[in-house]
Amino acid sequence: MAVDKNMNVLIVDDYTTMLRIIKNLLKQLGFDNVDEATDGTMALEKIKAKPYGLVISDWNMEPMTGYEFLKQIRASSEPYKTVPFIMITAESKTENVIAAKQAGVNNYIVKPFNAETLKNKIAAVLGDF
Amino acid sequence: MTIGEEPLDKQTTENKKAKIVKIISSVIDKVDQNKQVSLNSIMLQLRDLLVVIEEMRYEVSTLSPQEIKGKHIAGATDELDAIVDATSEATSVIMDACEKIQEKASGIGGEEADAINEEVMKVYEACSFQDITGQRISKVVRTFHAIETKIDNLVSVLGIKVKDYIDEGDDREGDDRLMNGPQLPPEAISQEDIDKLLAELDEAD
Repeated sequence: MAVDKNMNVLIVDDYTTMLRIIKNLLKQLGFDNVDEATDGTMALEKIKAKPYGLVISDWNMEPMTGYEFLKQIRASSEPYKTVPFIMITAESKTENVIAAKQAGVNNYIVKPFNAETLKNKIAAVLGDF
Repeated sequence: MTIGEEPLDKQTTENKKAKIVKIISSVIDKVDQNKQVSLNSIMLQLRDLLVVIEEMRYEVSTLSPQEIKGKHIAGATDELDAIVDATSEATSVIMDACEKIQEKASGIGGEEADAINEEVMKVYEACSFQDITGQRISKVVRTFHAIETKIDNLVSVLGIKVKDYIDEGDDREGDDRLMNGPQLPPEAISQEDIDKLLAELDEAD
């Protein structure tokens, strides 16, 4: 099934520059409906209020980390429980990747990354586009 | 050594540590193995131990722990914060420019626009350095705070009385006083202020 590029995408990062970078890269890939949040708490509010087809989140944020945000989503009984979730983070230890995977992450990108990596990981999660 | 003499070098400090261990071991051995050891003998060794500990306390106090905290660590932290702010500001300007270039490119269209967008994407990717450097700098700042805590603990354990750090100003002389590198925002003056100052000086001439 073709990827619906009109889907809502939620990006979460505490660095506004990184939000801008990801948003511009997504725009270049054809995803125009992109919302932003600066930590897990704000992201959780957004995902409760609106359906998203994809979440791209940083790990290291305060007060709620991306990891905690992921765990809360997956522990929920709401429809967003299964939303595709990509972690984009500078946390590059094996234990982080394992923990994220066990928490239910769909893919994991280590910063710094490039547009091609982002495209490939989105395709791996949603299908080719 | 008496108070006021120069602090000891690293080798001497190592020797003192070894000396403390040797004295303690000796006292323990005597107590364990020979119940007839005189109290006087133990007291003499404990006195030696006291002297060595006092010397070490003095050495730590000469490191000026409050100056390390109040001047060096605080100054380094401010500089690092300034780096984060400056790179963030610069990155934001670069991103603004990239977005405008993309707007212009969309007006051109075709292969040329695609080629421009491709290059702009590379700039976006490169801008992610700001996030990474920011996180690395935060780690360094946390390390500084950990060092502060260790210094506090050391001072507390050794019972050293330290004076609050008072900035006694710049003790450099001559042209050296003019070599300060980039200034932090509170101390820095703007180009506008500099122009104004130069104009005032011209008028005064």
